[in-house]
Formats: sequence, structure tokens, C-alpha cells
Amino acid sequence: MMIQETVAVALVLLGAIFMFAGSVGIVRLPDFFSRTHAAGKTDTLGIMLSLAGLAVYEGWSLNSLKLLVVILFVAIVNPVSVHALAKAAMEYGIKPWFRPETGETEAKEK
Amino acid sequence: MIQPSDSPIIAVVSRALAPFIQVFALYVVFHGHYGPGGGFQGGAMFAASLILLRLSLGGSVAGNQFRSSWATPIGAVGVFLFAGVGIVALAFGGEYLNYAFLPFGLEQASLRSFGILLIEISVAVALVGTLVAIFDDLVEGHEHD
Repeated sequence: MMIQETVAVALVLLGAIFMFAGSVGIVRLPDFFSRTHAAGKTDTLGIMLSLAGLAVYEGWSLNSLKLLVVILFVAIVNPVSVHALAKAAMEYGIKPWFRPETGETEAKEK
Repeated sequence: MIQPSDSPIIAVVSRALAPFIQVFALYVVFHGHYGPGGGFQGGAMFAASLILLRLSLGGSVAGNQFRSSWATPIGAVGVFLFAGVGIVALAFGGEYLNYAFLPFGLEQASLRSFGILLIEISVAVALVGTLVAIFDDLVEGHEHD
């Protein structure tokens, strides 16, 4: 029981670390596409790890089976929704950000 | 009417996921007595799956599953069912929506449970029809038309 709780807490904390990295990425990265890059990957992994921790904490039961189904759902849906967002932004005409040439220091928004 | 997305990823994933969302919506509707959920939430999830198909596959393909012209009548049927359950209880001697007076010949506790289930189903039906009708009316003058 002790090992089970330790593993659960470790998984939830690892998921929280990934979610924090994703949040920092959303604030710090320069344009829309890199922000979706940060949000999509790290949020997917963070949610999956946190839910896996909850499933480990619950043990073998119907609730942990439901959590595993939710993990599968998130693993499929979250990258696809980020793909849809990025594709819609590309069709709308938002230009990806490139590192400015020498002399230009400020990052262009949009 | 929305044109289909040219990305196969979006089309395949939404087509694969929509039936599961619909089955889970039915579970939420019928399990509303014992767990979180109920008619409103389940109906909203069912309507969300139909709207997901409309967004990703376009109105002409998604209309094969649920036509735009069905939406408003189905919403009206749900409202009619809800009012009908209440009026049947009223006609058999009780108050409006007093499930104990429904004429199904069961004992009182299971009669109330059955009446609540009927109300949940009618709320879900009304919500599916109304939400899809609102979505279809909103996108009717879409610029890709």
C-alpha cells in the first residue's frame, strides 16, 4: 500500500511538472504555433501522467478502468485538437515567427 | 453549410470518436439516477458529437446521420414528451409531474423512478434537437457556402 501511494504521488507530481512547463511555454514562446507546440505536447503528457497516478492510487477497480479510458481518450484527442487549431491558424493566414535578422531585436507579435 | 476539412487526421479521428461519445452520452442519460449526469448533460454530449461531425466532415456528409430538417421537430417532440408526462399525471388525479399518479400499474417507488427516467429522456431529446438546430441556423449563411 505504501509503495502504491508513493508511485501515485510521484506520477501526479511528474504530471504537474509537465503541466507547469507547458504553462511557462504558453507565456514565454513568441508566436501562436510555438505556443500550440508547448500546450499540445506538455498538456497531453501532464494530464495522462496525473490520471495514471490517480488510477494507481485507486487500485484495480471500475473507477481506475474509467480513468484508463479517459487517458486513452486524451492521448487521441488532445494532439488532434491542437493539429486542428494550428491548421485553422495557417489557413487564416497567421505567419510563423522566425528569429529576426541582426539589428532587429523585438519579437513580432502574430 | 460548412465544407469538409481537407485534413484526413481530423476527419478520421472525429469519425472514429463520435460513436463512442454518443454511447457515453446515452450512458450519462440512463445512469443519471445513480451517478453524475442526467438528461441535460447527456443530451448536450450527444449534440456535441453531432456538431463535431458537422464541423469536421461538413454538413452534407454529417446530414446523412442527422438531417438539419429533423432538428427542430425532434426538439419539439422532446418538449411535447416532457409536457405529456406532466399532463398524464394531471389527468389521472395528481399534480402536474406527480409521477406517483402515472397509469403504469407499478408500485409507487418504481413508478417515480420510471417517471424521472421518462423526464430525463425527454429533456435529452429536446436538448439534442434544439442545440443542433441552433448550430445549423448559425452556420446557414457561412461564407464557404
